[in-house]
Amino acid sequence: MRQKFIMNIIVCIKQVPNTTDVRIDPLTNTLIREGVESVINPFDAYAIEEAVRLKERLGGKVTALTMGPPQAENALKEAISLGCDEAVLVSDRKFAGSDTWATSYTLSAAIKKLGAFDVIICGKQASDGDTAQVGPGISAHLNIPQVTYVKKIEQISAASAKVERMTEEGYDIVETPLPCLFTVVKEINTPRLPSMRGMMKAKSVKVTKWTADDIEADPRLLGLDGSPTRVVKIFTPAPRKGGEILNGDTADIARELAELLKDAVI
Amino acid sequence: MADSITIFLDKCTGCTLCVKACPFGAIHMANKKAVIDMAVCTLCGACVEACKFRAIELKKTAGGKKDLSKYKDVWVFCEQKQGVIQSISYELLGEGKKLAGELGVKLCAVILGSGIESKIGELSARGADKIYFVDHPALKSYQDDPYTEVLVKLAEEYFPEIILCGATTIGRSLVSRVAVRINAGLTADCTALDIDKKERLLLQTRPAFGGNIMATIITPNHRPQMATVRHKVMKEAGTFSSNKAEVVRKSYPEAVLSSRTRLLDVVKEIEETVNLAEADIIVSGGRGLGGPENFSVIKELAKVLNAAVGASRAAVDSDWIPYSHQVGQTGKTVCPRLYIACGISGQIQHLIGMQSSDIIVAINKDPDAPIFKIATYGIVGDVLQVVPALTKEFKRILNK
Repeated sequence: MRQKFIMNIIVCIKQVPNTTDVRIDPLTNTLIREGVESVINPFDAYAIEEAVRLKERLGGKVTALTMGPPQAENALKEAISLGCDEAVLVSDRKFAGSDTWATSYTLSAAIKKLGAFDVIICGKQASDGDTAQVGPGISAHLNIPQVTYVKKIEQISAASAKVERMTEEGYDIVETPLPCLFTVVKEINTPRLPSMRGMMKAKSVKVTKWTADDIEADPRLLGLDGSPTRVVKIFTPAPRKGGEILNGDTADIARELAELLKDAVI
Repeated sequence: MADSITIFLDKCTGCTLCVKACPFGAIHMANKKAVIDMAVCTLCGACVEACKFRAIELKKTAGGKKDLSKYKDVWVFCEQKQGVIQSISYELLGEGKKLAGELGVKLCAVILGSGIESKIGELSARGADKIYFVDHPALKSYQDDPYTEVLVKLAEEYFPEIILCGATTIGRSLVSRVAVRINAGLTADCTALDIDKKERLLLQTRPAFGGNIMATIITPNHRPQMATVRHKVMKEAGTFSSNKAEVVRKSYPEAVLSSRTRLLDVVKEIEETVNLAEADIIVSGGRGLGGPENFSVIKELAKVLNAAVGASRAAVDSDWIPYSHQVGQTGKTVCPRLYIACGISGQIQHLIGMQSSDIIVAINKDPDAPIFKIATYGIVGDVLQVVPALTKEFKRILNK
């Protein structure tokens, strides 16, 4: 029989605006934010699910970690309802303006304070920024190995894991020692819905809240000061206009369309 | 002293223009005055521009300007897989040449691999002035550790001003690590690059919020300025067969080349005849197909057009086709010359992944489907009739 061991798993999540709610004001051409719900980044749902599955299989605990404004606590409570055991919110005005460098530094400082761990799991990217840079950034700050775009954890033991890493053409099979960091893609699992027990727990759970001082971070590396990049301009691309609707008999339309597309397909 | 943003309450009229302008939802009204939530604000300045009453001031501190003059040249990390240079690298060499010209510096190709001597000629012919060349069995296939270490070592020795890399699975994994190690700014998935000549800054423009807004990002005080660039956006470098690049051969001790992870196998999925991200034409199917068996009409059209097969999330979640085909927010972002959406209604999550395609064709039986709002050409009808008819016509046109 396989030896059980205690897995210490950290899941990094982000609260993002729900894209289904993202609408553009046709007059001002800007994003309408009123009434936009905040949700857990869709990719992080797979990270949470995979962490909870590992724990259920092997024993251990899952800590959900996020950096964000105070209201990001809601995302952590949702993570608890989905099976995470503990939750940590790193929140401080000093983090304002963080780019991916400063964000990954801040999260890595929080992880150091959490102590020993076996695996860190992140979603492959967040749906608002779409950078995919924070996961690898965390592993670089912690100097641990990483495997990105993981679509399957084939084997995992106390010392190592064998995983499938999605590529443009298929996948790589990669072996990594633990502790390590994975970023995961959608294919890895189907997330469960919150359980009744989980929802009860989410109500009563006490989310640990840490400030910049608590995580003993170097203030020069936080927020805007710690961010090499600056956003200098934000604009809305001209919305794509709908074109023509072709009408008529199917065979005629097909002929017409094929002619219209002739240059594009040759 | 950090940058700061201030609202002058005497000037604020409570007009809420700034609230609407803020891409991050960081401003709300309290007692008819604007209030900025500093935990959310990124100091992007969109509100400053939007305010008609000059009630918002953004102070950007120059800071102790570092001497960045030792950083020169534009580097392109050239991705190779099994000895084949990926087309994104040629796109970056094309773009890099322009940027290097603006800055009056050299365009340098960086290539890591094993048994890649013949690549020197290829990169030279694509206009590189200089090639940093590291050839070692440990670098045969991409692995995070040795590739990171080598790129860090190179950057620390030769001080590039700019490093460009494809926004591919390899590129994004690699340079995210490198940027942290060398304390550089990194901007993901750029779709436009330009140079501010006076400040010698790389202006990096990228979509955010799924392409609903565009942001231009700079790295003022750190070098190199690093960016990953989206595939198929920049034009490939032409060939200059007479060009002779200077070659800098580097070798590194085992400690630098060792890897904690081990690549056990590389599996190619045969179903994927054409790589979605690379495809010039994509034919995509959605729930409107009615069932998995009907993907055959999509595949047939794709075959005639030499196109890749895409799918909506709905089709993937119904197990009609593997996830590797999914286009959209939780799948792949694509921008082919031609995208044919068959039986796809056009949920925002799907549109995010394909709306920058040059030409979009939508075939759907519901005339109110949102996909028609962005389609160049729309056909309201049954996909199972229209698509085979189209296949027939294309066969005729292409003499197949």
